[in-house]
Amino acid sequence: MTETAADKRIPVVDYLVLGDDPHLVANTCRSCGALYFDRRNACARCGELEFERKTLEKTGVVRSFTIIHRAAPNVPVPYVSSVVELDGGGVVKANLVDAGADPEKIELGMRVKLTTFPCGRDEEGTEAVAFGFAPA
Amino acid sequence: MSENVWIVGTAMTKFGRYPDKDTVDLASEAALGALGDADLTMQDMGVLAVGCLLEANAMLGQRLQKQIGQTGIPVFNVSNACATGATAVRSTMLAIKAGEADLGLAVGVEQMGKAGLLGPAGQARSKPTGYTPSGRYGSVMPVEGILGTGLMPGVFAQAGMEYASRHDGVGFEQFAKVAEKNHAHSALNPLAQYQKAFSLEEVMGADMVAYPNTLLMCCPTGDGAAAVVLCSDAKLKTLGPDVRRRAVKVSASVLTSDPYVESDSAQPDVSTLTKLAAAQAYEQAGVGPEDLDLVELHDCFATAELIHYENLSLCEPGGAGDFIDRRGPWRDGKTPVNVSGGLISKGHPIGATGVANLYEVATHLRGEAGDRQIDNAKVGLAHVIGLGSACGVHVLERAAS
Repeated sequence: MTETAADKRIPVVDYLVLGDDPHLVANTCRSCGALYFDRRNACARCGELEFERKTLEKTGVVRSFTIIHRAAPNVPVPYVSSVVELDGGGVVKANLVDAGADPEKIELGMRVKLTTFPCGRDEEGTEAVAFGFAPA
Repeated sequence: MSENVWIVGTAMTKFGRYPDKDTVDLASEAALGALGDADLTMQDMGVLAVGCLLEANAMLGQRLQKQIGQTGIPVFNVSNACATGATAVRSTMLAIKAGEADLGLAVGVEQMGKAGLLGPAGQARSKPTGYTPSGRYGSVMPVEGILGTGLMPGVFAQAGMEYASRHDGVGFEQFAKVAEKNHAHSALNPLAQYQKAFSLEEVMGADMVAYPNTLLMCCPTGDGAAAVVLCSDAKLKTLGPDVRRRAVKVSASVLTSDPYVESDSAQPDVSTLTKLAAAQAYEQAGVGPEDLDLVELHDCFATAELIHYENLSLCEPGGAGDFIDRRGPWRDGKTPVNVSGGLISKGHPIGATGVANLYEVATHLRGEAGDRQIDNAKVGLAHVIGLGSACGVHVLERAAS
């Protein structure tokens, strides 16, 4: 068995890049800088056609959150969903981790940083890795 | 926009659960009710639009015709998320404005049954076999609950909390007061799915679904239908005196979609398109928010209603918390909002909602709303928003007589 543990990890979505320095990437409009986590044919903001890949900052602030108590049967509750505004641009939705689930203790505007966590393993042993944000 | 369009007939079923009926039954009841109210029949109609989300691809308009009258007129089967009903009304209206018809019928209907708060997304996931990235985001599994939430209770909770993050004096209690009000209002509406008042403590103490929305701050699923008969200016002059006296003018009809905002990458924006629609509607109607005697707005969740106070300019910028604290949107307040009970208690059969709120406003303008009548109502506004997003705003005015 020459396969290393790292070979058997896969990001849960393709805009998360794993490795030594996990980070998010986006497609950015070369004309106006609008950011998209999926592909676009023309920029939704300015209509231009050229995009390039951009590495996003790993820090930001919590712009909004909700604490989910009712979910599909095998989604553990409660969990905190948050909308995070990244330093340097980009707004992303992810779980807020390591912050508890008490609304009195989660502050709107609090600073957070990107973190990763395993979110499943398939029958071949590959581990899926997700990202979230933790208090900075 | 050459001439006015009028509502000359309207009806709705009581919202609730009708396991022994189907969508055609419900749509027929509302359609025949609205036609009867206008003293007209299907044979008089020049155009038909039927809004229904869950049967959007099932030719419901034509099935309704087979049930109540097949005359060969053009039919639009309409689907536009929670703005489906409003879009059906507007489709009928545009045909009249374009001169293609002088009378038209718009029907909204939905049969959701007990779909559950989360709909199909509430089902358990299957076990993974081999992870393979797929779809637009190269995801290897459904990410609900892993990368935040995309389900309605949470999305609208986050929309409300985003407003709270920018404005002092907005929190759990202000959001809960919205639901307290709408449940109280519904007690006066015999057509509401629920007619039970709850104290603020009961609202805040109910099971938490998606903070800050408790179960009593979320609209139920349900069944129901509503319909309006629309009429051109010229045609109205030929109708009977009672029909003319009860006619309600459609002073504005606006449909918007969400323009680009940076936060689209996280979740759909429900505010910008509502602000755009409201501004256009006030301009078209030549009225301002201070002129409104009542408003039916899209309170799918209590958090949504609160932010729409500002989006519809019913309060000062940043003042939505203060507006509810001062009881401004209560039926005896500055601008009564959702005196029907709103989606939260009247119910939200999706396709029916955008027509039912026109029924509600028109009924008050006619002075026929019974126990829940807003005295001497002359101008009202109806708003719906479908996530994704689509926003419909209509302004109605009582006939000058």
